[in-house]
Amino acid sequence: MGSPVSTTIEQRRAPWPVAFYRSAVGKKWVMAITGIAIILFVIFHMVGNWKIFLPDVDGIPDIDIYAEALRELLVPFLPEHVALWILRTGLIVAFLFHIHAAYSLTLMNHRARPEDYQGPRTYIAANYASRTMRWSGVIFLAFLLFHLADLTWGIQPMAPETWARGEVYANFVATFSRAPVVFFYIVAMVALGIHLYHGAWSMFQSLGINHPRFNHLRRWFAIALAALVTVGNAIMPLAVLFGFVE
Amino acid sequence: MNITLQIWRQDGPDRPGGFKVYEVDGISAEMSFLEMLDALNERLANQGDEPVAFDHDCREGICGACGVMIDGQAHGPQLGTATCQLHMRKFENGATITVEPWRAAGFPLIKDLVVDRSAFDRIIEAGGYITVDTGSAPDANLTPVPKPVADTAFDAAACIGCGACVAACPNGAANLFTAAKISHLNLLPQGQAERWTRTENMVEVMEEYFGSCTNHGECEKACPKSISIDFIAMMNSDYLRAKLKNRRLVAQ
Repeated sequence: MGSPVSTTIEQRRAPWPVAFYRSAVGKKWVMAITGIAIILFVIFHMVGNWKIFLPDVDGIPDIDIYAEALRELLVPFLPEHVALWILRTGLIVAFLFHIHAAYSLTLMNHRARPEDYQGPRTYIAANYASRTMRWSGVIFLAFLLFHLADLTWGIQPMAPETWARGEVYANFVATFSRAPVVFFYIVAMVALGIHLYHGAWSMFQSLGINHPRFNHLRRWFAIALAALVTVGNAIMPLAVLFGFVE
Repeated sequence: MNITLQIWRQDGPDRPGGFKVYEVDGISAEMSFLEMLDALNERLANQGDEPVAFDHDCREGICGACGVMIDGQAHGPQLGTATCQLHMRKFENGATITVEPWRAAGFPLIKDLVVDRSAFDRIIEAGGYITVDTGSAPDANLTPVPKPVADTAFDAAACIGCGACVAACPNGAANLFTAAKISHLNLLPQGQAERWTRTENMVEVMEEYFGSCTNHGECEKACPKSISIDFIAMMNSDYLRAKLKNRRLVAQ
């Protein structure tokens, strides 16, 4: 066996973002940053959809005008759909990284304790939300796929029979007139709220954002965000189901 | 006091293990948990049975040798206390107490309640020191350190390396131990020269043996020295900065 020509080749490491993502601490950074991207999307999505509560403009539902405007985002500067697809691509990449990091960290954690405690465990700090992150995440992911098939792609039987592309308001009312869909929606929003109760607190730790003056606010921030997203989204299908929006 | 103990017995790493139940009568409430185990072992030895193997050394809460899961909590129900400083008065007369070893891939079981914690030594070897010339001691206070910084560094340095953080963590992660060991040096002027290599190397060796942190905060509550998870945030911050800094070493 020959001796190595150069030690630097052996010691050469992957580019730093790759090396960083290989570590668990790096994956938690990525989870926090992609989590923030997803939260921002969820908030914009929710606020945009609140337009269902606004009156029609010249006989056209306000939300249909808004949906069309999203396709024409930055249109004098970019062709139609381009800005929207840039945002969508960013969101899809964020989801993929968030899920991949969660998956590989879960495997790592199972390897770290192959034999579990045989007696009962008493947890003091770990709460329901923090211990069920992967389940609340999976429930939300299942809902997300349903939600896309229902309102974005219009795939039967997830979408209502009257589904039509671009008819946002009509599709919205048709889908949430079905009680089981509303029920699944509420379950998913509660799962998302539980996910955010831990996630929106945890991200500060993962990103190393820690200051004695503000640390007590981190939990309140997470509670407020979880409540806003859960309640703010749940009122929309409930409004349809109970006939406030028709 | 009379208590019932449910203790994990296992002859060796690859031998089958299981709980055994022992009735222990006439225990004083003033005994520490380890003294109670001593009393049990004395009786077992007198009967010709194999005593329960458990780690212990200083018995004053500063060495980090002792540590078992007591009723599903690392070091038992009293916060900020090592097993040796936990007293039987914390338990009800007639209670059944479950005692189990730390369970983690990085802490392989040796016998009964004794585990091999040398993975912690591997983490320390990766950078938990400062490189200095030995010789005559420098004058006291030669290097100024702000008092609040010195206090924080001391809080981190209180870690006795018992492994309760790993044992309590639902993920079997050693982030609190590693963060404490990194931070008590990274906070001080003497630790700056090796700050970035230390952080990078210690985190990466830690991840060879242990799980990942998902910020449950369970370690902080289990720690007999009540070391804060604030140090984990500091470590996360320094780890990213270490990745960025090291790239530039060539051009400096």
